[in-house]
Amino acid sequence: MSQSYGMPVAAPHTTTTNSPTRIMSLVMLALAPATIYGFWLYGWPAIFLWVITIASAMLGEAFSLRLMNRHAAPILLDGSAILTGWLLAVSLPPWAPWWIGAFGGFFATMLGKQAFGGLGQNLFNPAMVARVALLISFPVQMTAWVAPLPLFSVGAPGILDGLLIILKGVPPALDAVTSATTLGFGKTELSRGITLLESMQHAPALSFIGSRPGSLGETAAWLILAGGVALMFLRIISWHIPLAMLAGIAIPAAILHAVDPARYLDMGSHLLSGGAMLGAFFIATDYVTSPNSPRGQLIFGFGCGLFTYIIRTWAGYPEGVAFAVLLMNATTPIIDTYFKPRIYGRDSKGKPLQTTN
Amino acid sequence: MLMSVGSLAAMGLALGSVLGVASRYLSVEADPIEAELLAMLPGSQCGQCGYVGCGQAAAALAKGEAPVTLCPPGGKATVEALAAKLGVKVDLSQVVDSGPQIAEVTEEICVGCCRCIKVCPTDAIIGAAKQIHNVIREACTGCSSCIDVCPTEALAMMPIPVTLQHWTWPKPASAQH
Amino acid sequence: MGFLDRFLKTPNWGVHPEDHKRPAADVPLRLFPSPERIFMPLHQHVGGAARPIVMVGQKVLKGQLIAQAQGNISAPIHASVSGTISAVGEVTAPHPSGLPFKAITIDSDGENRWIDSEPLADPFSAAPEEITKRTAAAGVVGLGGATFPAAPKFALGKRLKVTTLIVNGGECEPYLSSDDRIMRDYPEMVIDGARLVMHAIGATQALVGIENNKPEAIAAMRQAAAAFPEIKICPLPALYPMGSDRQLIKVLTGIEVPSDARAAETGVLVHNVSTCAAVHKAIRLGQPLVERIITINGGAIAAPGNLYAPLGTMISDLFAFVGLKEAPSRLILGGPMMGTPLLHDRIPIVKGASGILAFNAAEAFVPEAGPCIRCGNCTKACPMGLLPLEMAARIRVGDLEGAEKFELQDCISCGCCAYVCPSHIPLVQYFSHAKGELTAAERSKLRTEATKRLVEAKTARIEREEREKLEAAARRKAERDAAKAAAAKAATPVAEQTQGASA
Repeated sequence: MSQSYGMPVAAPHTTTTNSPTRIMSLVMLALAPATIYGFWLYGWPAIFLWVITIASAMLGEAFSLRLMNRHAAPILLDGSAILTGWLLAVSLPPWAPWWIGAFGGFFATMLGKQAFGGLGQNLFNPAMVARVALLISFPVQMTAWVAPLPLFSVGAPGILDGLLIILKGVPPALDAVTSATTLGFGKTELSRGITLLESMQHAPALSFIGSRPGSLGETAAWLILAGGVALMFLRIISWHIPLAMLAGIAIPAAILHAVDPARYLDMGSHLLSGGAMLGAFFIATDYVTSPNSPRGQLIFGFGCGLFTYIIRTWAGYPEGVAFAVLLMNATTPIIDTYFKPRIYGRDSKGKPLQTTN
Repeated sequence: MLMSVGSLAAMGLALGSVLGVASRYLSVEADPIEAELLAMLPGSQCGQCGYVGCGQAAAALAKGEAPVTLCPPGGKATVEALAAKLGVKVDLSQVVDSGPQIAEVTEEICVGCCRCIKVCPTDAIIGAAKQIHNVIREACTGCSSCIDVCPTEALAMMPIPVTLQHWTWPKPASAQH
Repeated sequence: MGFLDRFLKTPNWGVHPEDHKRPAADVPLRLFPSPERIFMPLHQHVGGAARPIVMVGQKVLKGQLIAQAQGNISAPIHASVSGTISAVGEVTAPHPSGLPFKAITIDSDGENRWIDSEPLADPFSAAPEEITKRTAAAGVVGLGGATFPAAPKFALGKRLKVTTLIVNGGECEPYLSSDDRIMRDYPEMVIDGARLVMHAIGATQALVGIENNKPEAIAAMRQAAAAFPEIKICPLPALYPMGSDRQLIKVLTGIEVPSDARAAETGVLVHNVSTCAAVHKAIRLGQPLVERIITINGGAIAAPGNLYAPLGTMISDLFAFVGLKEAPSRLILGGPMMGTPLLHDRIPIVKGASGILAFNAAEAFVPEAGPCIRCGNCTKACPMGLLPLEMAARIRVGDLEGAEKFELQDCISCGCCAYVCPSHIPLVQYFSHAKGELTAAERSKLRTEATKRLVEAKTARIEREEREKLEAAARRKAERDAAKAAAAKAATPVAEQTQGASA
């Protein structure tokens, strides 16, 4: 009868079935519709790039863990490396050469994440670290966008051609499809003295549903939004960061567009272009690199949005989500220090409340 | 390439030497913190650290000749206080906290010689000639001075027994590793 | 009505663990037959342990005082069976350490004869102090789990002019239903006890908070309280930790207790429903606290339910009564969220034991802890508004002071953070560890100071003794000199004699 139970296990003696793996899986599930739509738009090269990027991210993680003499398998299975690779893949030009994906994947998990100590320790979003590193190192390849060439449509590359495009580059015959994103196009035209009012008339007709040049995550903005809203309902993410970030883009965009529509792009284009949606719902909401308190998240999100707008509008790059997120990532510890939740029985400064009686 | 490497190296060298020279010439005599360190030590003059008393130990600490972990009766708390004062980092897991210990009299062997009573720095041993002595647990600092003078080895150091009031949860085995 | 408005607003803290209360809660209360031997611990409450006043071999009756309260915060212990004192020794404490504590062993004579009781005839015309005195004498302590002696709390409430009594029928811990059972089976006792407590502390109203997952209890209590307009039954949303006093006060009254104050200072006092029933028994029946309702539940139990058992009964005896389906994989005293893990079942039940859980292997499964992904779920769940992830990160690297800056000491150890943590980090253990270490550090600091005082005292004493010795020597020398001088004056044969005497 007198059985011993060894070392005591501390309370609580019950827990949920939630796990990092479940969280990562749900995020990936939310990302899947947009990705599949992107696959359809850009065909086999995009699929190959996606696979290569994710595989390299996982390999990079596994290699780092082996270097530290740790078992790679259980940590790879938490899904965070796959998600990092996935997020990077959907932010790349869909027809970028294989080594862009490979370099980015390795860079993201090795330098962006494991160098800091692995999951939960990194200061910056690994996918965005890799994207910025790629953009600065290989500006040509990173800005070579293609117009959508839906899978199985006339002229779309088949499996073999797709593989060749990724491995050897876009053949001259297909060079005609290379073009610029909405933001890039507008910026280039502006620099040539052509107002947005004129240049935007030439925008692709179906750009509203994503039939325009861009990354997988850009073109499927509506599906990204749907996935993000689903994550909110699943309580994986809260509304604070996405809403604040979109507001950070939308508010200045609306004001400045009203002031000078020829110089400043309208709010809708801003929200649906570039990485705005992807950034707001999937990148900026990264647990590890964003603040914890609701107020801190609002500030963080708004900062991400505002910096995005500033970079898009006045800086040298047409798109600024990655830079904006990294900048705000750096402020996360400060935000966390200054915006703590109010503790029960204490005022917002941490002093005990006065007794009312 | 070479230019930039060279100029950076030169700058480093120059600034480094400036710092080196400055530290030599602008150094300030350290404030005598002996008294402050002495206040942190138990003051039982037990000599377990190898110095004659707490005063000498504090002097050695101030000169940096003794490690902050020198005081066994002080335990972890003293180590932490000394380390904070002296601004040194110390790996507390390396501190052999055999747990605070106290002296205990084995009553069968005690002959009531009173020698331990005389050496006890805190008057923690009670008793009289030809009477069995006893240690007051609360007053014993665990300096072990009494152990050496006991002619019958009736005194021994024992870890303070863990009680329900003193038991604490161990730190969880570190996650991740 | 402001109260309703507050009510509709669900709190933004807490968790919703699966409650596992039924079917055990619906099984009728069973009377546990008197065990052959009970082990009555002397320390079943917060404060000083009781001092035994019986001797081995002495015959005692049920309800007889066997150990006196010691100090201001303490509670007496009474025999829970009639029989013979067979030992005043030690028994394993219901504590994760498995360390022993003092207990009086009574061999039951099987008759369960009560000692003559003196109920208070008309308590409401008696002085409030009389209620407090009798409650203290009956050894009533907080039965919700905190086991703070009830009488000092009454006195405090009286002194601070508390107006509202909150009767805690939250019972938010999963698996437990002892409070549910007492409200369903003895609602009049609870209501009368609440009225007695109100009288003792001078409160004008009582709010009985009951989670809405106990509709039977709410109905029974409403019926019992119908005649007393000053007692209001308030259904609460089922949310853990609703039964924590600070959270309950906030939800029921909107008052937030300042972190450095006691609840009574804000004009409210919280008492558990079982405590109220115990007060009723102490005053109306003159019976001390020697029995309680205890939930026996968990996957390893064959017939889970609530037992009415004498205090001091061995858990193994209770298991023998309800039957085990399998060897339990984990034993817990209390609920799964805050309960104490027990190392074996040779442990007696105490006043604060609301339940014993015997988990099967599936329930006892502990997922391996992973790294913190900073998801912030712990922050959202924390009913105190703390940042568990930040505190744990600091404790993990030994920075206890850093954790304290995040107000670690405000943590109520409710377990919400560790419950929701997707990485299953044992956050509560981190915090318990840190609190324990900080207390130990504080203790050793006090000890160092005490040592210093002792050393100074000894040094002073030795100096004084030296001085006195010198003075004595000087005095003797002076006497000798005086004697010599006197001798020199006197005749020579006398001088010789004097010198011999003084040597």
